[in-house]
Order: sequence, then structure tokens, then C-alpha cells
Amino acid sequence: MTDTVKIHVKDLKKYFGKLEVLKSISIDIHEGEVVVVIGPSGSGKSTFLRCLNKLEHSTGGTIIVDGNDINDKNVNINKVREDIGMVFQHFNLFPNMNVIKNIMLAPVKTKKMTEDKARETGMSLLSRVGLKDKAEAYPQQLSGGQKQRVAIARALAMNPSIMLFDEPTSALDPEMVGEVLQVMKDLAKGGMTMVVVTHEMGFAREVADRIVFMDGGYIIEEGTPEELLKNPKQERTQSFLSKVL
Amino acid sequence: MISILQSYSTMLLRSLGYTLVLTVLALIFAMIIGLIFALMNVSHSRILNIIGAVYVDAVRGVPLIVLAFFIYFGVPQAFKMMGFARFRLPALQAGTIALAMNCGAYMAEIFRAGIESIDKGQMEASRSLGLTYGTSMKCVILPQAFRVMIPSIINQFIITLKDTSILSVIGYPELTNMGRTIAGNTFLSLQTWAIVGVLYMVVIVSLSKASKRLERKIKIEEDAGKPRKRHRDQ
Repeated sequence: MTDTVKIHVKDLKKYFGKLEVLKSISIDIHEGEVVVVIGPSGSGKSTFLRCLNKLEHSTGGTIIVDGNDINDKNVNINKVREDIGMVFQHFNLFPNMNVIKNIMLAPVKTKKMTEDKARETGMSLLSRVGLKDKAEAYPQQLSGGQKQRVAIARALAMNPSIMLFDEPTSALDPEMVGEVLQVMKDLAKGGMTMVVVTHEMGFAREVADRIVFMDGGYIIEEGTPEELLKNPKQERTQSFLSKVL
Repeated sequence: MISILQSYSTMLLRSLGYTLVLTVLALIFAMIIGLIFALMNVSHSRILNIIGAVYVDAVRGVPLIVLAFFIYFGVPQAFKMMGFARFRLPALQAGTIALAMNCGAYMAEIFRAGIESIDKGQMEASRSLGLTYGTSMKCVILPQAFRVMIPSIINQFIITLKDTSILSVIGYPELTNMGRTIAGNTFLSLQTWAIVGVLYMVVIVSLSKASKRLERKIKIEEDAGKPRKRHRDQ
């Protein structure tokens, strides 16, 4: 982790119609830092994550990613997104393409990479997530854990410096959670800046540099795993942790 | 009946050809119109949504025969009033425009439903990779939507083929119009209309058979991609 601020969020607010989902979120995420966001469902953690790459448009506040104010109309959001990989709960692989085509699509279309180069990159990413032999398979032929690992490889193909994970293991059978978490751990060790929304407390304890507890649209408490999981100061954090730990 | 076939078979076949030409032309334009207005309808721009909705509602709200009269008789008169006295709109063009506009409105709805049937996560995943909205539509959403739409498109094809008969009212030399001519000349209404009916039926039944086969082929391709069915008790 370095001192460079990768993601700067100040007073972020988000309404869905009249419902205020994010009330005032401020946080700085540093280069190489792994931030795990926990909290009860409906606390706004997924919405917060989706605001970071503008899948949700924030209602107020500032989000600066790598020096780009993503709400500035002059900032090309597509360029910013090339640097932010995202992994979804339900994988969202493209079912009309095989695995390697899923991975090659974005580099070829946005970075004007040649097919051969993209395939080469894709294959090396697939071997990194342990799925080299599945390159020609279609998503529906894969297990949940395999799908999610392909989704991670697909996001990495753009060579992002930030990765967002939106409950990446919540839709998986229990025996497949481990293989996905292992890939994420390797990424974290490699120095990737990561923001992870998850219910996997073991992962949070082991990998996170910082854990953020959200509830009701606010960040209630944050700290190192040691501080937050062992000695939560806020009552709401304590009651949440007593239910999940 | 034999006598009709003997004297009019070439004319019947030629008029059936006209019917098919009109159908195919109208369908090609309708696909383009349908895609454009469907994209307007699913876009995030309020103005484009309104334009798309107005087109679909306006065209679907008017019977095809009225639309055909409007374009064939009304539009040239409008041009005359504007000073273009020599403006002519032949039946083929007028018929194609009317049919394409009509079919295009229904196509727009088929395309819209197809696009909206694709999971929202697909667009999100594509955009999160840095692809533009347009590229995401073209490479991710539309190819998936198109598969879903194929049966509806073929169904619309059949409807449009039958709707060409309405254009006999503007003197387009298609099959129904030929039927009227033959029946008028020979006074053999029963035989003439039976022949015309059978001709339509042959084309349409073979079309829907082909469509069934295509649907089955797509289904097989999709199933081939899936793993073996899991046991229910799992």
C-alpha cells in the first residue's frame, strides 16, 4: 500500500426516487489497499460500490478516481472504466460468446488490441485463474466458481489498476467459494487496489487492509481487521458482528 | 378450374412474385425502421423515448388500408399543394412505404421486447469493461436479443405477407388483385379464390414450417451448450 490516493470520495449521496440510500459517504482509498465493505443488506454497500464506476449516478458529492472527477461531463467515463475492473454477484458473462471471446471482447474493441495479442493475454489470464482448458467452453458449461473466475479474468484483461467486487461469492455453492477467494487473495498480494463488498468474514480478516462497516447509508465505523472485528466501538457494529461471526 | 390454370397460370405466378417482392422489400425496410425506433424506445433520452412511442402508437393506431390511401393519394396531393405538380408516387413505392411503416412499428415492438428481455447485468458488465453504449448494444445485447426475437420476426413476416393483399386497393398488381381480375373476367369466383387461397397457403405454411425448424435448431444449439440436467433432488 502506498500513500497515493486512488479513489477519493467526499460527501457522496444517492437517492433512488425519494429513498435515500447513501446519506454521506466520505472515504479515501489508497493505491494497493484492499478495502472490504461489510454491513447488513440494504445498508447501501453495493450502491456505494456501483457509484465508484458510475454504474449508478450519484445524486451529490464528489468521486475522484485516479485524478478524474467521474461526475465531470468532460471526463470520458469509458476511459476511466477501462482502469476499473468489476466483478458481479451473478457473474454476468456473455452467454453468446465462449470463454476466451468473453475475455477478448473489451481489449479488442476499446484498446484496439489485435485478436492474436488479446488471445495471448487472455490465455495467460486463464492459466492464472486455473482455467486454461476452458478457453473454448461456453459460460453455461461452467460451474459457478469457474464462471466467477472467468469473470475476474475478463476484468483483468483490461489491465485495470482498481478492482471492484460486488458480493462475488454470494451466488456460489459453498464448496466453490474457496477457489474464487483464492484468486482474489492472489490479486491482493500482487498489489491490486481492491474494494470488496462481501459477507466472507474470513476473507476480510485475512486479506483486508481496512474493513468498512456500513449501515443505513452511512459508514458507521472503519479500521483494520484487528480493530474492527475484535474491538468494535460502535454498538451497531457490535450487534452486526455478533450475528455474523 | 383447369381452364383458369391454363390461361392464367403465368399471370398468377407473376403476381405471386410481386407479392413476395413487396413483402421482402417491406420487411427489409421494416427491420431498419424497427431497429431504429426500438433503440429510441430503450434509450435513456426522454426525447428519443417520446419520438419512438409516438411513431409506434401513431402507425399502429391507423389501419393499414387508411395508411395506404394516405400515402398513395394523400402524399402526392400534399406535394402538388407545395408546387410539385409533376410528383408521382407509383403503387409499388407507395405500397412498400405503407407496408414498411406499418410492419416497422410492430418490428419496433418486437425488437424492444427482445432487447428488454436481456438481463440488465449484461449491459452493466459490458459498460464496466469500458465499452461504449453503442458497442455494448451491437456486440453483447443485440446478438442475444436477436435469438429471442427470431420466432416473432418470422410471425411478423407471415402477417406482412398476408397484409400485402390489402394493397390491392391501390392497384398494386399482387396476388389478390390478380384474383379480382381473373374472377371478373371469367365469372368463376369459387375456383379463382380457391386457387388464390391455396397459393397464399402454400407459401405461408412452408414459411412457418421453416420457422419451426429454425427454432428447433436454435434450441438444440442452446441445449448443446448446457451441462447435463441435474437431478431434481440435488
